[in-house]
Amino acid sequence: MTTANPSIDQANTLPLKEKLAKTTAIQRRRAFLLTLPLVLFLLISFVFPIGQMLFNSIHNNKVSAVVPDFATAIQAWDGQGLPSEATFEIFVKDLAKAKKVREVGRTVGNMATRINYEMPGSRSLFTKSARKVGKIKQGPYKEALIKIDKKWANPQVWLTLQRASHDISPAFYVAAMDLKYNETGEIVEADELYQIYLNNFVKTLWLAALITFICVLLAYPVAYLLSVLPLRQSNLLMIMVLLPFWTSLLVRTTAWIAILQTEGVINDLLVYFGVIGDDGRIQMIYNQTGTIIAMVHILLPFMILPLYSVMKTIQPTYMRAALSMGSKPFYAYRRVYLPQTIPGLAAGTLLVFILAIGYYITPALVGGQDGLLISNLIAYHIQKSLNWSLGAALGTMLLVVVLLLYWVYNKLIGIDKLKFG
Amino acid sequence: MNKIINKTLIAAAVATTMVAGSVQAEDITVVSWGGAYTKSQVEAYHKPWNGYTGNTVISEDYNGGLAEIKAQVEAGNVTWNLVDVELSDAVRGCDEGILEVMDHSVLPDGANGVPAAEDFLPGALAECAVGNIVWSTVFIHDESKIQGVDGLKDFFDLNKFPGKRGLRKGAKPNLEFALMADGVEPADVYEVLSTEAGIDRAFAKLDTIKDSTVWWESGAQPPQLLADGEVVMTTAYNGRVFNAIASEGKPFVINWDGQVWDLDLWVIPKGAPNQEATMDFVKFSTSTKALADQASWIPYGPLRKSSFGLVSSFHSDPSLDMAPHMPTAPANFTRALQNDFEFWADNSDQLNERFNAWLTK
Repeated sequence: MTTANPSIDQANTLPLKEKLAKTTAIQRRRAFLLTLPLVLFLLISFVFPIGQMLFNSIHNNKVSAVVPDFATAIQAWDGQGLPSEATFEIFVKDLAKAKKVREVGRTVGNMATRINYEMPGSRSLFTKSARKVGKIKQGPYKEALIKIDKKWANPQVWLTLQRASHDISPAFYVAAMDLKYNETGEIVEADELYQIYLNNFVKTLWLAALITFICVLLAYPVAYLLSVLPLRQSNLLMIMVLLPFWTSLLVRTTAWIAILQTEGVINDLLVYFGVIGDDGRIQMIYNQTGTIIAMVHILLPFMILPLYSVMKTIQPTYMRAALSMGSKPFYAYRRVYLPQTIPGLAAGTLLVFILAIGYYITPALVGGQDGLLISNLIAYHIQKSLNWSLGAALGTMLLVVVLLLYWVYNKLIGIDKLKFG
Repeated sequence: MNKIINKTLIAAAVATTMVAGSVQAEDITVVSWGGAYTKSQVEAYHKPWNGYTGNTVISEDYNGGLAEIKAQVEAGNVTWNLVDVELSDAVRGCDEGILEVMDHSVLPDGANGVPAAEDFLPGALAECAVGNIVWSTVFIHDESKIQGVDGLKDFFDLNKFPGKRGLRKGAKPNLEFALMADGVEPADVYEVLSTEAGIDRAFAKLDTIKDSTVWWESGAQPPQLLADGEVVMTTAYNGRVFNAIASEGKPFVINWDGQVWDLDLWVIPKGAPNQEATMDFVKFSTSTKALADQASWIPYGPLRKSSFGLVSSFHSDPSLDMAPHMPTAPANFTRALQNDFEFWADNSDQLNERFNAWLTK
């Protein structure tokens, strides 16, 4: 087989099927190029930060970055008694060197903070000693360091240092699950007085479920009314549903404070009409009730809108047909109408539940001592305590819980049935 | 022709940008706690400094803490030039390398010629900070509703004064208040709090009013809670309360017994631009006169001894002498506790965790 121009020849002999495959492949590539901006956007604004969060929750190099030689040397220690004189010498020299560093992430203070997470009260041990180790010019280093502060004779300090010398560690998940390392380095349950995260997870999920349930109860009739009323009335009603959407979240929350507080509108009215006495004013805010009321109000449109969009498409003839065939109204509703609204119901439930889990401004403002949800604790660690790794670990756990629920939900209802509008 | 016009336009644009750039280079962003406190700084520091140097101060508010500074420094995009922080944050930020080291030798002598190093109160000149004021957390009540409040122990006495209490949502300084109300002398508070039994004792005291407590988070809240009648007593920052009394005529009374005082200091985030202009502002704003002027707008005590004698009357009411309303005034200072920044640097993680757990139980 020798032809002058094999390519043309080949093209002519290609079967139609392959040609088609080729052109569709080109089209598909083009279509992909069109979605590229979105893909890039998702990568930068979604995948990358979440990856960073996952990484932060297990990675913390605040010991190895500050005292690098020591971080290597301490690994050889068997954990019995105190480390060797040679290790002490490396530590003293590293610490003296680190004292002069002012680069972010590499100062003695960074290491002290890291150790303090696992051994509360040890922060000043590092910062104070660092100021004095420069004076130690010769051995025995062990004695000299313990002379600066006798806490250096406590093996727990060295065990914690050894553990924290690993850049990758589960330490922050240990803390996030109400566990701790004890004096000998085993993972045990934290003291009951300090347990907070697991209970809080349960509380947050329960509250979100309750809020979702109330939203369903309130939104279903409203959405139904919206879908059956004549256009003029339903438009007016729609504006009333959407109006809160156009108001700032803070304004709405503050309005609830003005209405619900003990000297507020509702209590004043009740006292005025003699329903309750002036000393019997009802506490409706700065507790769980306040959180539920304000959050239901804020999240209600997210339930009404998907429900409405689905109900609008349901033909009234179906119900009429069922009724004309002798079905009782409730039976017809349950067997004919309700199943058709499931896609909207499912979408609204998912939307409200997931939003409710992550809400934290409203509970913080109106929740009082019950207003501490898991997202508030995450915000606390990101903004106040600056323990970003613990915040990241809690965030990751929240993400996993949401994904798990999503999976269960998908099994029960089927995500392809969702209809947002 | 067109080309010439274009060139001229470009040249003009370049020239304008350069001029604008050189002017803008001297503008600085100063961040503080907002409300009446920021107003006092604008009046006493920002405006006069602008008058002397022509440089503008852009004022921003924040709610304390190091989170924003840390985020800016770690991202390498520092937009804040100067921040007003608490002592514990000034020390911690310095330890963690997110603040610039301050050269105290450039600070001017006091108006009476005393060198800055001796003129400032002890602790006001930290490695990375220059102090400006003393402020205090006190407890307040509404005199038109309850009378005869006698000291911190009454704050915890629900039988004598039934009704809700307001406390800051956090361990600091509620644990200190609880211990002092329980009979611990201010000098012993941190020693007691260093033991597990002492912490238990503080929480046990807080337990007695827990169910009647409304928790506040920002400094503007407590005067509002008291004005709304939502609480009968609350802890609050003394300056804001004074403003509610002096400017708005509220019938609030400040109880100085067991006050917990602290310092506020200027710090420069690491790598902030315009540090020369910023230092010039620091020198200006912590001079004897500026600190004394500041105190005529809000009763936060100046940190220079040479400013004490110069503190005059309230800016809008010449008959209202400011000196007796300062946290450091002798009559207010009989049972006062200085916030121990080192204790909190060591223990705040643990105690806040326990506080949060306690709160949700």
